[in-house]
Formats: sequence, structure tokens, C-alpha cells
Amino acid sequence: MSKPRRERRRVTAVEAVGAYALVCVDRGGLDPGVPGQFFMLEAPGHVLPRPMSLCLAPRGELAFLLDPIGQGTRALAAVDPGDELHVFGPLGHGFRLDVPRPLLVGGGIGIAPLPFLAEALEQPPAVLGFRSEWHAEAAVLVPNAEVVIDPVLVTEVIPAGRDVLACGPEPMLEAIRVIAPAAQLAWEAPMACGYGACHGCVVEIEGELKRLCVEGPVLCFS
Amino acid sequence: MLLMNASGCLDALTAPDVACQFDAFVTKTVTPEPREGNPPTRIAETGFGMLNAIGLANPGRDVFIATTLSRLDRAIGMPIWVSVGGFCVRDYVETCEQLERDDVACIELNLSCPNVDEAPEPAGEIVAACRAAARKPLYVKLSAHSWDVGETVRVVESAGADGISLINTLRGVALDAGLQPVLARATGGYSGPAVKPVALAAVLAARRATQLPIVGMGGVRSGRDALELIACGATHVSLGTVLFADPGAPARVRAELIEECSRAGFESPTEAIGVALDSVVKLAN
Repeated sequence: MSKPRRERRRVTAVEAVGAYALVCVDRGGLDPGVPGQFFMLEAPGHVLPRPMSLCLAPRGELAFLLDPIGQGTRALAAVDPGDELHVFGPLGHGFRLDVPRPLLVGGGIGIAPLPFLAEALEQPPAVLGFRSEWHAEAAVLVPNAEVVIDPVLVTEVIPAGRDVLACGPEPMLEAIRVIAPAAQLAWEAPMACGYGACHGCVVEIEGELKRLCVEGPVLCFS
Repeated sequence: MLLMNASGCLDALTAPDVACQFDAFVTKTVTPEPREGNPPTRIAETGFGMLNAIGLANPGRDVFIATTLSRLDRAIGMPIWVSVGGFCVRDYVETCEQLERDDVACIELNLSCPNVDEAPEPAGEIVAACRAAARKPLYVKLSAHSWDVGETVRVVESAGADGISLINTLRGVALDAGLQPVLARATGGYSGPAVKPVALAAVLAARRATQLPIVGMGGVRSGRDALELIACGATHVSLGTVLFADPGAPARVRAELIEECSRAGFESPTEAIGVALDSVVKLAN
């Protein structure tokens, strides 16, 4: 596993992708890691950085997809090319890639790690769910994707017999656990540090509260 | 001068390379029984700081002593300060008795966690009982909530404390967009840059009350912040919240502190201990 590093990196581009923002930084000495791993991004003007899955790793860059709905993510989406941000990672455990029949499933901003994952798995089929047409514009980042829009749910269109790799809101992941118990699921929790120091990101895993940043964010319960 | 982590702000087994930047490692608070801690959501960023409501999550005294301590010693090989928590005098005493081991450099009695319901018995009583039970150096971690920090310091000193640590986090609440508490427990401990002036005042009050060593902490982000705590009377400095944003903070703050000392005309941080006190004493007189 790549050793995480913390570097001050230059923002190379900020693009709107539907309702979301794609923030690109130059890669420097940072390793992109494994799809599903995450980085802590400095949120300008804020005390704590924000955890973001790597979305894409174009040559010499790292790209992060974020939903500017909170103070930290809005500050991040408001950066300009040329600005500098501290970036720390890759962190946590990503997806296992040794799956024979992968199906990527994403919900909302949970599609963030899927473009990088799709690249690593040679563009397997994907099912993506969004709350509006505007949000669904981000589906352009994921090849071979079937898109559903609220009130249709991704769980209504997941075919059987697939190795599911999913990221999305908690109710979606819980619903997937029911229909695909062996699915690899990427969870989300508020984090202060991302490297096991703060104990803030605990989730219940096999009956115990465990740190998602250390044990996850990708978990498989079977 | 020792540079340390504030208890609960670093897991040396998960991040030994961060711990090794310090002069000593302070463990998460150990309680007699295992504690899962509070349910999530446990953290919230607020203006100029953050709230945490971890709730003294720890494996309990038996597991800590049987496995964690020796693993820590192997992983970082540096002085280990054990933070001891409890809910009655006996809890503290029994843990202290079991920490008379070579791999424990110092005991820090946590008398000030804002994230548990049970109120500990009076500080003086706990410290006196632990003093009778422990030969290890005994530091006492105090809160800045007290109206008279100096008086508390005098009480724990006369009860046998060897040093003082302060401040702990300050109790706070953050509300979400729907005006409901962000934290599952509603209240949490406030830390980060916003609490630095509170920490400076508490260290100053403690230094006026005692000549014991003081571990100053609260809102330190830079060498300048560390020097300010030292100027108010801190002998040692701990880093807390800054570690979450910057795992390289210990080495950076140490380098900055040396630069700041030299800029201010001090040969070492030790020379600067308490230099802010003179004018405070003059004002008081």
C-alpha cells in the first residue's frame, strides 16, 4: 500500500460537472493509491481538512469530485487555478479489484470514486442514481453507466450475479447489503484527521464501533 | 522543554511516524472498564475550532496494561505518559497502582474530560489517594472551566501532584441547519485555535499559583503559539487539534519554536518560561 504524504499542491482546474465541482491539483509526489482510498483536502479558511475520494488520476494530476453543500466543500469548490492546498493521502482501504464480474453502483456524490475505479477495472457496467437531471450530468464521468433518477432507485435495476462495488448515501448502501451481501461498500463519516488519530469517524462494524478511516472506507461484511 | 501530544489526539500504534516527532507520547485516557465511547456523530467543525464527543473510548485498564503498553513501547520506544481516567477515587488509585512499570514514564490524571456524565470526586481527594499509591511522577490535567484555576492548582499541589497539565477542551454545542445539535451527545469538547487565549490565561493563572512544571496546551498551531504558552509559564507544550489537519505539525512547530525563540532573543524555550508574568504581577499590584 502506498505511504500517505502531505504536500502543498497547486490547483490546476476547477470545473462544474452538473451540480458538482471537479477540483484538480497537480500530483507532485503524491501517489493516487487504490480506487476507493481517500485524501484529506485543506478547506481554505477552515480548521479541519475534508475527506475526499480520488475521482480521477489523469497524468500528473489528482481530481476530486465534491458536492458543495457544506461550508468546507463550498470553500473547496471556490478555489481558483493557481491556488495552493494541502493534500494528504492516499488514506484508508480501497476496493479489492480481484472481482470476476464487477458492477459499479453509485448514488449522488457517491459516484466520486467510481471513475477511477472504472478505469482500474477496464470500464465495467455501472448503475448510477441521482436526485435530479442536473445532478445526473455527472454520469458523464463514468463509462458504461445506466442512470436512474429519483424516484427510481438503483436497487431496482441492479442485475443479479454481479460483484457489486458501491458508494453512496447510507440508506442506499444498507439496501444493497440486503440484495448483495458480498458487496464492497464505500461508506462516509465526518472525519477530522483521516489517519486514525481523532476517533471521530466511528461506524458500527460487526457490532463494534470502529474507525472508518482505518478499517474502511470500503468495507465488505461477508 | 518537552513537546508532546495532548491525550486523545493521536494513536501512536496507527501513526507511529507522527508520535516519533514528539519527545514523549501521551496515551488516550484509560478507564478501569472498556468504553466504546459515545455514538456518532462525534465531531463537528465550528468557527475557528472543533467539537469532539468521543467519550473516553478505550479498551479498559486490563487490556491496556496487558497488550497496549508493550505494543506502544515496541512501536515508538519513547517515554510514555499514561492518561488515567475514572469515576471515583478508587478507579484512579487502582489504575495508578498497576502502572508502576518500567515502560510508564509518567501518569497524567485526567480530572477534566467534558464528554462523560459521571462527575469525578474532588480533585484534591483523587490526587492525594493516587499520590499515596503511585511512585511515578503524577501530573494532573485540569479544566479552564474552574472559576479559580490558581486555587485548584494549589489544592492538587498540596495533595502531592508533581505537575499540572492544562487546558482540557471546553464544553460546547454546535447546531445544524435545522437547529438541532450536530453531535449525538449534543455537547462536546471545544478545541482548536479559538481556545488559545483561554489556555494562555489558565497557564498564567497556574504559573502564578505554583512552581511545578506545567504542560501547556490549547489551540497551538505554530511555534509562536507554543512560545506564547511558554511565556505564560508552560514548561512543556502539547499539540492537539492541529495534529488532525497536519500530521507533520510536531516537527514543524518545534522548528518554528526555535526560530521564534531566537527572534525574541532567547537561547532556548526554557529561558522564556514565564516571561509574561512580570508585567501581569506588576499590573496586579
